[in-house]
Amino acid sequence: MKNDEPLILAFCCHYCAYAAADLAGSMRLEYPDNVRVLRLPCTGKIEVDYLLTAFERGVDGVIVAGCLEGGCHFLEGNLRARRRVERAKQLLEEIGLEPERLEMFNLSSAEGTRFAEIVTEMSGRLARLGPSPLRAERRSTEGGVDPRTSEVVETPEVSEVSRAEATIAGERP
Amino acid sequence: MIVADRKSVGEIRDMIKDHDRVLLTGCGTCVTVCLAGGERETGILGSAVRMALKLIGRGNVVVDECTIERQCEDAFIDALAPRVADYDAICSLGCGAGVQALAERFPEKPVYPGLNTQFIGILESQGVWTEKCVGCGNCRLGEFAGICPISRCAKRLLNGPCGGSREGRCEVNPQIECAWQLIYDRARSLGILDRLETIAAPHDWSAGIDGGPRKVVREDQCIAGVESAR
Repeated sequence: MKNDEPLILAFCCHYCAYAAADLAGSMRLEYPDNVRVLRLPCTGKIEVDYLLTAFERGVDGVIVAGCLEGGCHFLEGNLRARRRVERAKQLLEEIGLEPERLEMFNLSSAEGTRFAEIVTEMSGRLARLGPSPLRAERRSTEGGVDPRTSEVVETPEVSEVSRAEATIAGERP
Repeated sequence: MIVADRKSVGEIRDMIKDHDRVLLTGCGTCVTVCLAGGERETGILGSAVRMALKLIGRGNVVVDECTIERQCEDAFIDALAPRVADYDAICSLGCGAGVQALAERFPEKPVYPGLNTQFIGILESQGVWTEKCVGCGNCRLGEFAGICPISRCAKRLLNGPCGGSREGRCEVNPQIECAWQLIYDRARSLGILDRLETIAAPHDWSAGIDGGPRKVVREDQCIAGVESAR
């Protein structure tokens, strides 16, 4: 993955989108490789702070992919997720980021093709929007103080994309 | 409980942008219940404000979060005191009382409000809070079948309804139920309509906010002596 490609984080429900992503792989479908899939037991696990933290740590876009409406394994987790995504979009607008960087999609586990389409669509949208200004800021920062931990951060040796990926994987930025 | 809502991210950002280290302080009592300033909301706002600051080139401002059990009582602020020394300013997500309690406790630190305190109210339905009490200092709910005409009638009429009551709705805003219709309906169902036949006396507003800040003193509880409480 190139450094200038948008980095997308996809929160995927175990019962649908995650299985659909798996199916897309089994079907040998091609989709942009700049998406990082994070499996959740249900999109109802999503909280607004998960979404904002992802943007704060430098991802360019976030996908929330849950079951078809009416088809949630936990009855209404995907409906709750939709409301939280809407609230996070309002906050993004207040912050000064484009709300279009965040989107919720609904699909079933049989829709591997649809998963590939969603990732392609978001990747194209984010390429049009350009990199997140928060990520650009981090690129230009030479060391400094991490606002979350108040720890002094050394000048990064690794690329910003690698750092963001490490963050997604649960490591400290 | 006290109901509040959050100020916009931009307004909070502009208040704190000139400081280097800001402690965003939530409150675990009323504003947690009304989803405005509890631990979760403080975390969300912290993230939002940090991003907003970065976007105006003030990404070097450190914004940390913490939540204490109750901001409006000095004993609970003790837990916060050791941390405050490391910060230039505090942004409180408590109600107006919480903001002022922090300001009194930390006279050398600027304290900014992150919320707009709205009213004393109740949870009407999930995510909806409505005003029920203005804290007038002289409760007369017993005269009005348990429904307050001061907080719930737009004209604060003690002898209502006015001519603007239309099918149980207020002429000020059709979304508002006419308090006097509610009083009448409830009095009728309780069989106490006769209480409404007497003219309600004018309200004693001297117990209200207009005479300056009010104070409640329980002499038997004043360990430091009653005189110190006066």
